[in-house]
Amino acid sequence: MVELSPVKIAVEDLNIRYDDVWALKDVNFSVKDKEILGVIGPANSGKTSFLRALNRLNDLDLACKMKGSILLNGKDINREMDAEEVRKKVTMVFALPIPLPMSIFDNVAYGPRRHGVKDKKKLEEIVEKSLKASFLWEEVKDRLSSSGMKLSGGQQQRLCIARTLAVEPEVILYDEPCSGLDPISTAKVEEAMRELKSRYTQILVTNNVKQAARVGDRVAFFLMGELVEIDEAQKLFTAPRDKRTNDYLTGRFG
Amino acid sequence: MKLRPQTKQKIAFTLLGVAATIVIVPVIVIFVILIQKGLPAISWKFLTEMPRMGMRAGGIFPAIMGTLCLVACAISVALPLGVLTAIYLVEYAKKNWWTRIIEIAIVNLAGVPSVVYGLFGLGLFVIFFHFGTSILAGALTLAIMELPVIITSSKEALMSVPRSFREASLALGVSKWETIRCVVLPNALPGILTGSILGVSRTAGETAPILFTVAAFYLPRLPQSIFDQCMALPYHLYVLSTQVPNVKPALQYGTALVLVGMVFSLNLVAIIVRAHIRSKKQW
Amino acid sequence: MRKFREAIIEKTILLNGFACILFVILIFIFLAKDGLALFKTISIQDFLFGQIWSPLAEPPQFGILPLFLGSLFVTIGAAVISVPLGLACAIFIGEIAPRWMRETLKAGVELLAAIPSIVIGFIGMAMLGPIVKNLFHLPTGLTAVTGSIALAFMAIPTMVSIMEDAITSVPRTYKEGSLALGATHWQTIYRVIIPAASSGIVAAIMLGIGRVIGETMAVMMLTGNASVMPQTILAPVRTLTATIAAEMGETVRGSEHYYSLFAIGLVLFGITFLINFLADMARHRKKK
Repeated sequence: MVELSPVKIAVEDLNIRYDDVWALKDVNFSVKDKEILGVIGPANSGKTSFLRALNRLNDLDLACKMKGSILLNGKDINREMDAEEVRKKVTMVFALPIPLPMSIFDNVAYGPRRHGVKDKKKLEEIVEKSLKASFLWEEVKDRLSSSGMKLSGGQQQRLCIARTLAVEPEVILYDEPCSGLDPISTAKVEEAMRELKSRYTQILVTNNVKQAARVGDRVAFFLMGELVEIDEAQKLFTAPRDKRTNDYLTGRFG
Repeated sequence: MKLRPQTKQKIAFTLLGVAATIVIVPVIVIFVILIQKGLPAISWKFLTEMPRMGMRAGGIFPAIMGTLCLVACAISVALPLGVLTAIYLVEYAKKNWWTRIIEIAIVNLAGVPSVVYGLFGLGLFVIFFHFGTSILAGALTLAIMELPVIITSSKEALMSVPRSFREASLALGVSKWETIRCVVLPNALPGILTGSILGVSRTAGETAPILFTVAAFYLPRLPQSIFDQCMALPYHLYVLSTQVPNVKPALQYGTALVLVGMVFSLNLVAIIVRAHIRSKKQW
Repeated sequence: MRKFREAIIEKTILLNGFACILFVILIFIFLAKDGLALFKTISIQDFLFGQIWSPLAEPPQFGILPLFLGSLFVTIGAAVISVPLGLACAIFIGEIAPRWMRETLKAGVELLAAIPSIVIGFIGMAMLGPIVKNLFHLPTGLTAVTGSIALAFMAIPTMVSIMEDAITSVPRTYKEGSLALGATHWQTIYRVIIPAASSGIVAAIMLGIGRVIGETMAVMMLTGNASVMPQTILAPVRTLTATIAAEMGETVRGSEHYYSLFAIGLVLFGITFLINFLADMARHRKKK
């Protein structure tokens, strides 16, 4: 059964290095529209460099040099778009939740406000919609003006998800989002990801192989800067094609 | 007689404690003397009246006003200049040659003797720009003097805002400047404020830079514009204690007390603000 | 439109970054403009090494050696007093004082730094001068040593805060390693901690000395204003800084005397530039 899903992000001959260390070598593949792509691999495999290249956060690191191209909806994000445009469409949720030191409402409204939305009603709508989509609304709807930093870890992370949803992106990147969270909060974050599938393309970098299996449509395995294998989640976990993938999954190295 | 190490330590530590006491004692002594001899002169009239009889009687109101005026004008120039420089150094500058040179320049500005600033102010503002001896010339000179303090404390304040905040903002597609304006600056503001207050307290007490650029011994009226001269507390004290014969000591001590009072209260405010920031810190 | 506005803001920030370089250059230019004009009529040698400073005599003499020596005596005197005191105080605050005392002492040192130099000059004149006069049986209490004492207390806060910083940034492992070998706390301090903090301490000393050299009002009021070659530190002297402050009021713009004061300013600028540059190098080297 061949599904012809449109390609959301195409990665061509991507090479990334920091000073003299190559973090990614000759990576070529594409991310399908509205899929959840899991990205797994041991430490230093290049997963985070890859993710940060997708929303041009690597630009902030002066030691980072990139070759190759990344196309979003067919447009080269480095040569045909500017960084802010890219980051509005491709947002990121970080490993440690980073609530800004302001109220919950202001946290979520931060993005839209900076992009020009001034109307109070519109902002309230956006905040409510985003908090509902990240499954946080019920827990905070009565205290929107209290500080975002007073929430629990899991709630803060869902706040960050709501914050990224508020700018209406097309792609959401997750950089090990549940690494600091307890199992219940993790489950809630994963539930949110599944709900969001119908509207957004999502890429999830995770150290937790089981999580990638639970949530991902396809999974990519990175090792030492190379993309070793990418396939439908079921196939990758039951019958990986590459020996290295098998070794990683069975715990031969970690 | 060979001493055991523990005994040597006791002796050493005692001497060190004595040293620390010697350092602190003058502060207390000066404060006590000023209050003892200056307080009798302080009264509402002293603070609000114009001087009479060639400074030997009356009040020091114009000197107080002059100092406040100079200090306000100076900080209104030094603060934006200093904060923008700090923003450049922390948020935009790359680690290259130029940045090193800028930092050396700042260290040097901090080290230039105050009287040399006076000469500089004379040459540039009073003469070259034709401002004449005026509040404008004096304030601008003081502003450049204040700059290193403002830059250093603003830099610290900006750097204390966690990097993750900036990343979180940028990752939402917000531009660099907007990130600085809406996330970094508001959270750095208390630190910047502390630095400005300290800068202000230093400029309030400076005499040499204003000697040739603005200070007047006696003016019959308060200055009307920034192109006028003005009186100032430090200069007034200098004149009262060295140039005018037969001045009642109480008057001199009173002037000194007002000046020190002003400077100390500013410092106190800065210390309180700093402590307040540390306790209210949300991160 | 917004992009345009932001580009302008960022350009402004960039320009501001370089403002300080501009100011240093401006200061140099305006000092040199009038300072170097002196050397049309007076030779640099006579200026720097001449032993007589007598601008109002006929013919006027512009030798700054007595002034330079005045500054030197006062500075050395202040250093001799302030360096040991400052170091001792810094060690005490950084290593020995209990927590509650530490904050009080630091506040006290900050307050000392906050006292305007004119007030120190004033109180020194009224209190310190007579003490020195009686102690050493001198005709006047306004001498180099009086200035040195007052200036020492003005330099100490700067020194203490930088030294204390240097001492507390010595890694704890050094200290713990030494104590674990059986050394006493004091032995650890002078054998391990101080050497480790040495470049910070040196930088602190240089910055403190830089402050002393540049001090004007307190010296003017306390050192006696005798612009002759000083014989001992118990004699009145005149420093470079005090000369400018005291004589500028009497000069005519454009006269030799006027230019000579700017030339002194140039010399001062050069000296403090050098000291600050070296101190910064010392600090930077330590950070590496």
